[in-house]
Amino acid sequence: MTATALSIRGIIPSSFVNYQVDTAYDEMFASAGVPREHYRALHQTLLGLPPEELRRSQQAADLAFLHEGITFTVYGSKEGTERIFPNDLLPRIIAAREWMTIEKGLTQRLTALNLFLRDIYHEGRILADKVVPRELIYSCRHFRREMRGLNVPRDIYVSICGTDLIRLPDGVFAVLEDNLRVPSGVSYMLANRKVLKRVFPSLFRDYGVWPVDHYPRALLATLKSLAPDNAPFRQDPTTVLLTPGVSNSAYFEHTFLAQQMGIELVEGRDLLAHDNVVYMRTTAGLQRVDVVYRRVDDDFLDPLCFRPDSILGVPGLFNAYRAGNVALANAIGTGVADDKAVYAYVPKIIRYYLDQDPILPNVETFLMSDGSQRQHTLENLDKMVVKAVGESGGYGMLIGPHSSAQQREEFRARILADPRNYIAQPTLSLSCAPCLIDGSVESRHIDLRPYILMGEKVTLVPGGLTRVALRKGSLVVNSSQGGGSKDTWVLREGEFGEELMEEVRKELSVITPQGKLRVGREERTV
Amino acid sequence: MRSSRSYFTQSFQHDAGMLSRVANSLYWMGRYLERAEHTTRLLDVELQLWLDQSPEMGAGRWRFLLEALHAPGVEGPVNPTQLVNTLVFSRSNASSIVSCISTARENLRHVREQCSTRMWEQLNRLYLDVLDVQPEEEWILKSHNFFLLVTEGAYLFHGITDATMSHGEGWQFIQLGRYVERADTLTTLLETHFHRMTVPIEKPIEGAEYLEWVGLLRDCVALEAYCKAHTAEIRPLRVAEFLLLNPEFPHSIRFSVDRVNAALHLIGDLTQRSAKLPTRIAGRLRAHLSYSQIEEIMADGVTPYLQNVRSECSEIHAAINEIYFDYPVETELAS
Repeated sequence: MTATALSIRGIIPSSFVNYQVDTAYDEMFASAGVPREHYRALHQTLLGLPPEELRRSQQAADLAFLHEGITFTVYGSKEGTERIFPNDLLPRIIAAREWMTIEKGLTQRLTALNLFLRDIYHEGRILADKVVPRELIYSCRHFRREMRGLNVPRDIYVSICGTDLIRLPDGVFAVLEDNLRVPSGVSYMLANRKVLKRVFPSLFRDYGVWPVDHYPRALLATLKSLAPDNAPFRQDPTTVLLTPGVSNSAYFEHTFLAQQMGIELVEGRDLLAHDNVVYMRTTAGLQRVDVVYRRVDDDFLDPLCFRPDSILGVPGLFNAYRAGNVALANAIGTGVADDKAVYAYVPKIIRYYLDQDPILPNVETFLMSDGSQRQHTLENLDKMVVKAVGESGGYGMLIGPHSSAQQREEFRARILADPRNYIAQPTLSLSCAPCLIDGSVESRHIDLRPYILMGEKVTLVPGGLTRVALRKGSLVVNSSQGGGSKDTWVLREGEFGEELMEEVRKELSVITPQGKLRVGREERTV
Repeated sequence: MRSSRSYFTQSFQHDAGMLSRVANSLYWMGRYLERAEHTTRLLDVELQLWLDQSPEMGAGRWRFLLEALHAPGVEGPVNPTQLVNTLVFSRSNASSIVSCISTARENLRHVREQCSTRMWEQLNRLYLDVLDVQPEEEWILKSHNFFLLVTEGAYLFHGITDATMSHGEGWQFIQLGRYVERADTLTTLLETHFHRMTVPIEKPIEGAEYLEWVGLLRDCVALEAYCKAHTAEIRPLRVAEFLLLNPEFPHSIRFSVDRVNAALHLIGDLTQRSAKLPTRIAGRLRAHLSYSQIEEIMADGVTPYLQNVRSECSEIHAAINEIYFDYPVETELAS
């Protein structure tokens, strides 16, 4: 579609002058100049707004973010490491029926991954049955031998998950990555919504959008449901958020969530373990802690057990955890299931435990530990995306089509030196959505990170964080690499009304009153 | 401490108290900001006075100033640039104005979620403003504007704090830090002063000595308040009484100790620790100041009296640290 095709429609110069549609799936347009049904109202609104008006709205929104101090920290740059997280004003809209698929698919996936974690840290049936190679698991950097045989509350290892979805050119949502350790970004989802409601109040109301504001409440309920049975105040367990401190990139989010949930934001030095009980040091004396929502990586949690040089953790925390006197969310050792090489096995994992086909497909993935797949990748490095298996946040990545010969050589050497540490995927064109770039509407690549909570019940807040690659043509959406985000609207339209949503949710319920994971109608013991 | 705490429901015992680290940060934020204010005031008064005097005359007082501020010792004659660098800009002197404001801000930054946004914005602004100033030549001649900036920035911060933060435990810890610091710095200032001067007399004085006593009142923003109480006649004994024992003036030792005592009582009630050591020492010191008479103090020697006040202040500080911030885990678990 060309710009002129659109600007003919109205006398007002169109904001879409620079909008280009390529081979990627376009969220707004079904074909040149024809918006999809659920984008029609937004399209109309944008056509009616002159560029200056749009620019003004964007400035108002930016100012709101600045004043609220919604920032993140970029590592590796010396000065001014605190930056505003760029927000794009135009909402990304998801139709109700699309969302139902996502909700079902993610619930299925997280259920299977929790069963998988419980299995590999206990009997290891899936390894004995050779569905997942044993050496793949044991060679994973995030596998925690210490977790063998340890029972976690409700058998839930991952209670807070943020899964990265992308939309393929045919419009199908696929899973790009599971974030099962300490996923971040949910505060931006809430902040985006708050600002958007202020900027587009009537559009928002007319669209009928599912609210997301209840996330902190749902998170708190999830955390509390993990409290150990012997907690002195079982019905009101003391829950804290453990942060690495001010210099962490997500510190803003930590303070935000702690404040929203009304729980204490603690650092490692505020906690101590004595006789396998964890306490926090308050002015009124030591106070027992029952649940720790930790935003500190496994490695740094307990210097007695993991990295001895860590000053972010709590000496003795692991033993208290082992003794069942404190709950951690997420559990230790969940990183083994979001290892990018293990990711390739998730469809098999779902089939193995649930006897179901995966609702959300994976992206084609080549394992560098496999000879022929490696060969294929090395021959096509310029078309591939290569990722280190244990990294996140867009660090340690090669994007073939955008790389130099020297970078490719470097990665070739790295792959050959340590094949287990790398995987490759074909360069995918993420779907595109309209974004406001300096007053005009342009198309940019986006992904979607919905947040799933698993405690007494499964909660998905409709929507999530839509991340945007703000640089033209870029496919990297990470905040640390020049990405931004936009609000995500899930519509409560027609047939997919509230009742149906509730019904589907009930059907999906995977936790029995006894707190065991349940599959379909039957409880499965692994 | 928890936002959900309601006056109508009985709160669980495990809900009392705030994180020791947070309380500690707020306490030190209060102390450092107060110290910055105090240094600013003393320097401002001193440099104003210096403009009126010949260079030789002024230089003699500067050693006393450094002493009154517990600044690191200076060898040989003191020159103005050196003085300003040490007391205003130096980063190696933890008590320089820039260091104090920077440390106060750093303390607040670590507990940002505990204070109001406006508080943070104001202290951050003050910090950025102060960093902006460079010690150029002839800076001293324009220094008054800088001192004004710091003083007003700090006043604004206290105003915002009182108006936007809950006057709960956290607020009390800020006040505690502020007044412990004030009592301590005032005592040191008076000690240094009395050390240099002859025994204060009841009769009004004139000349060079007059300037010294007026300077002291100015150091404590007390000149106007003193004149209201005792007219413009400067009677050294009354000045001493005013700065030591006046219960109503905010920059008197007695007033500061009253505040320390009040804050400690409220914190003690909130944390069920009112019978503990800090409250007892503060109460004792308060009683001592309340029932002292200036004539008695002078008869027994003002220096020992002030030394006693100062050592009680540091005992209070140590006790706060031991009871609220850094208590031994063993005794806590045993009780």
